[in-house]
Amino acid sequence: MNRIEFDVVVVGAGPAGITAAYLLAKEGLKVALIERGEFPGAKNVMGGQFYSYPMRDIIPEFWEAAPLERAVSEKQLWLLSRESKIGFSYKNPQFGAPPYNAFTVLRAKFDRWYAEKARQAGVVIIPETLVTGIIKKGTQVIGVKTGRENGEIYADVVVAADGVNSLLSKYAGLHGEIESRNVALAVKEIIELPQGVIEDRFQLEKGQGVTIEFMGEFLKGMVGTGFIYTNKTTLSVGIGCLLSDWVDNGVSPYDLIEDLKSHPVVRPLLQKGTVKEYLAHLIPEGGYRSLPPLYTDGMLVTGDAAMLVNGLHQEGSNLAIMSGKFAAETILEARKAGDYSARTLGAYKKKLDESFVIKDLKKYSNAMPLLENNRHFFSTYPRLLSDAADEFIRVDGVPKKKKQRMILKGIFKRRGIIGIIKDALSAWRIVK
Amino acid sequence: MTPIEIAEKLCTLCQVCVKKCPFDALSMQDGKIVVNEKCTACGICVRTCPEKAMSLRNLPKKAIAKDLKDYKGVWVFIEHSDCKIASVSFELLGEGRKLADKLGVELSAVLLGDATERMAAESASYGADTVLVMNDPLLKNYRTQPYLAGIVQLVQKYKPEIFLFGATTMGRDLAGAVATKLRTGLTADCTALDIEEQTKFLKQTRPAFGGNIMATILTKNHRPQMATVRPRVMKAPLKDAGKKAAIINETIVVSAELLPTMIVDFILQAEQNAPLEDAQIIVSGGKGMGSAKNFDMLHAFASAIGGTVAGSRKASEAGWISAAMQVGQTGHTVRPRIYFACGISGAIQHVVGMQTSDIIIAINKDPHAPIFSVANYGIVGDVLNIIPQMTKIFNEGSGNNESH
Amino acid sequence: MIFFLMALLLHIDIVSTAIDSQYCSEKVTIVHIVVCLKQVPDTTEVKIDRKTNTLIREGVPSIANPFDLNAVEAALVLKEKYGATVTVISMGPPQAKEALRRAIAMGADQAILLSDRSFAGADTLATSYTLAQAILKLQDAGGVDLVLCGKQAIDGDTAQVGPGIATRLNLTQLTYVSKIESVDADGKHITVERKLENGVEIVRGNLPALLTVVKEIYKPRYASLPCLIESLAYEPVVWNAKQISADSSQIGLEGSPTWVETIFSPPLREGGVILNPGDENYDKEFSGLIDTVKKIVAEERSKLVCS
Repeated sequence: MNRIEFDVVVVGAGPAGITAAYLLAKEGLKVALIERGEFPGAKNVMGGQFYSYPMRDIIPEFWEAAPLERAVSEKQLWLLSRESKIGFSYKNPQFGAPPYNAFTVLRAKFDRWYAEKARQAGVVIIPETLVTGIIKKGTQVIGVKTGRENGEIYADVVVAADGVNSLLSKYAGLHGEIESRNVALAVKEIIELPQGVIEDRFQLEKGQGVTIEFMGEFLKGMVGTGFIYTNKTTLSVGIGCLLSDWVDNGVSPYDLIEDLKSHPVVRPLLQKGTVKEYLAHLIPEGGYRSLPPLYTDGMLVTGDAAMLVNGLHQEGSNLAIMSGKFAAETILEARKAGDYSARTLGAYKKKLDESFVIKDLKKYSNAMPLLENNRHFFSTYPRLLSDAADEFIRVDGVPKKKKQRMILKGIFKRRGIIGIIKDALSAWRIVK
Repeated sequence: MTPIEIAEKLCTLCQVCVKKCPFDALSMQDGKIVVNEKCTACGICVRTCPEKAMSLRNLPKKAIAKDLKDYKGVWVFIEHSDCKIASVSFELLGEGRKLADKLGVELSAVLLGDATERMAAESASYGADTVLVMNDPLLKNYRTQPYLAGIVQLVQKYKPEIFLFGATTMGRDLAGAVATKLRTGLTADCTALDIEEQTKFLKQTRPAFGGNIMATILTKNHRPQMATVRPRVMKAPLKDAGKKAAIINETIVVSAELLPTMIVDFILQAEQNAPLEDAQIIVSGGKGMGSAKNFDMLHAFASAIGGTVAGSRKASEAGWISAAMQVGQTGHTVRPRIYFACGISGAIQHVVGMQTSDIIIAINKDPHAPIFSVANYGIVGDVLNIIPQMTKIFNEGSGNNESH
Repeated sequence: MIFFLMALLLHIDIVSTAIDSQYCSEKVTIVHIVVCLKQVPDTTEVKIDRKTNTLIREGVPSIANPFDLNAVEAALVLKEKYGATVTVISMGPPQAKEALRRAIAMGADQAILLSDRSFAGADTLATSYTLAQAILKLQDAGGVDLVLCGKQAIDGDTAQVGPGIATRLNLTQLTYVSKIESVDADGKHITVERKLENGVEIVRGNLPALLTVVKEIYKPRYASLPCLIESLAYEPVVWNAKQISADSSQIGLEGSPTWVETIFSPPLREGGVILNPGDENYDKEFSGLIDTVKKIVAEERSKLVCS
């Protein structure tokens, strides 16, 4: 039997993998893209924000053809106490016009469309196939094994784009099991509502959308956020928290979503909607400190597999696409040099380091440990703020000056002045 | 010629039709909407086109309109094995009676077999005005070829306007062949039948797309109008032993040598081997059962009522039941007469697998459990108390509830 | 040297012929199997738009009808046993090639797509005509011993096309087949098990025959990687209405006696009685419930008893 040989094997048809495969096939390379789902996107449940950059460099004006939900023109942050909220919002109608800033997407549809582009460029997409191991010659990765009969497939270089908890990275010995404190569990529901109702309720221009993030007591002290994203005729409603927190607190994700959905200020947004789907997904949010080695002889690691997620800004797919692009560039250079060893492939890490991808992750490298050790950001402060606002706004005959004093007293009682100063310093360190 | 006419002047290429077509039969090509082979002429695009640019082409008038009037009467195929009439045939006699009365025509039972006297009388007692009988040793057990030949012979001679079969393995096997031989329309697995007032057409309503939509179908220009009807949907009429029918005996013209099949053997299925999809009573447990040991309770209850034990995904993941017995999106879709949901919260993934059950009885501690919103009966309480209580009732009552 | 090589080649040739003929003399009973396959929307993924009573098909993948894949597998098992050729045919638009490729990946020898706009609007009668015309063409080209179909398609659930084809082509009709027991050595009969509501019927039928199969017959195989990759580039043969000598009055809308009058979504299931042990009427409602259950239990029991 003849060996199955390609120039490049990409494992995982998500944004990182499709980008790498697409760009390489466009340069005339023979590329196989292996996907474990029935079709690209079948296994994908990402939260739903998709940034226009850098996708617009890869497929110019992709918004003309891609299945997108809404152009995000507004971002809101709500701090929830038990029964009230304080909201912050930034709205920019320019975000609702080309070249756009971000879209909400349903990844099952989007990935399918993107993969079709890759297929048209000549990528051989191999669906419903699980990669069960790598093939090595010495230290050099020269192919992968799949769960199918006669399932070995050989290539000059392998791109691991197989998502969080990357099996390929494990097979290659790049990292072991991920620590549960470096990964968030996101659960979400897709709630159906008529298009017009969504636009009225969230005060949206036609085709535009909003993302709302929630923090506050409903999180029961866990590190994470809740969210609502507006899609065309659905809302994605969910919560993402560190996996270790879910485990330690023994909270059921389903119950927590129910709590969020029944919150007095959230409930009206969801009224009369019907739940279509319930999904759960792991997101590698360990940030810079949790980055595994990103290359070895004959293999590059991209996207979630490389833990390239900016948890604080909820950027993931754009980093994935960026890494897929860098992987493709690096492979083309390696091909020219005729050398696929780590020495040449190291250029990939350098490209990432010099780009916003690693720079941003580095900037927030202290964020996760700090936030993890200081849960006041997710529960105490939202509560304090809303109490303060309540006190200040409520007219009940108490003089305003007295109110201010009461507010401050209340705050210091619950967190203490030293604590607040410490927290403020931490917060500064995170964002500086 | 495609079934859908598109007025290009009106079409704005908004592609609403492309999105709405359930069969993926429309697409935009070269700046035009085109209809492909998957089209079933269901007309959804016509109804949803915002510009009213689409229309269904008129049915060709080729069918022999004057001949349609020659077809009179409602027929029901009497299905039987071992000289016992299938209950669906009684249900069809009841439904056929209503249709015949609306049309002012006779209801006939069509009975093929060997030694059919008793069954002919029984058909009469369930409402048939006439029983058309074909008696022949060749027809003793059902086989497609001789039954097809016999039925076609009868239809060609007596020309019924409506002909109903049970949507069983036998009914579907036969009706599909008969309709093809007669080149007439056949609607499968109907759940409702009626007569359209003005045209007198038979309105045949059936679920499609795994029960996601219902369609009402007409056979306008061909006769007989044939349908298979899902068992246990229609109500069987009360038996009137005094009612008599005219018996018409016909002789089948078919020779034994020409028959292509021979039944070698028949193995009656043991009850407990019945697959989950076919189970008529299902006792299903979820997370609320608490442990594998507590599932014993469900087994005891199921054996008291002749039911099959199944479970939710949680129960299957916990290893309390085998994956083969899991109900829901990732398991089986079931449609029993009674579905007991014991300690099952009712996540949509579970509900999609059991929502078409005739009766859903939910037992759950949590009064807000979503399962109660789909249950016909919801018992708010501890399943671990209620199930043993019910088991006891049925074990005690098993002696005197068999008579009917 | 060359002579030696030639002798060697000749020898190989002779040996392989010997194997072939040995294989044949014992087992050439089924030469050509045709499997009918339909591409369907994955109905488990379909949702309803309650406002407009239409299906939301966006994002719902098209798949090969699962029962048809059971039929493909049955054909492949027979192919391995008897060395038969397996041809898969489907009526549908060019996108349906994807479903045919799946059968090729599993090991079918060739695939034919019956594609012509004039096939649109077909009900089961017109569909069985179209497929039967294609099978006739294959018969003319060298015979068809067996036609296999899934018991029904999951989008229509009619189970009518199989019997339709059998009737049109005068093939022995064997529906709901759960097992192929044997094919007679003379190639004239096939013995199968049919899965009925209350048991299994063993039937011996003449060949050529048409079988519709239930999923218990064989689980579709997981294609090997080389076969899968090869299938991705496979181009099915396409036949239009003219190429199967179809009579225009028997295909598509014109050949379809049934007419979809309306489509609507089924009524939503609603919650019923809630029984709370604390309530006053609990006992009464509970015993009402027990009576309902008893009645059905008794009816079900009586079905199992043969009188």
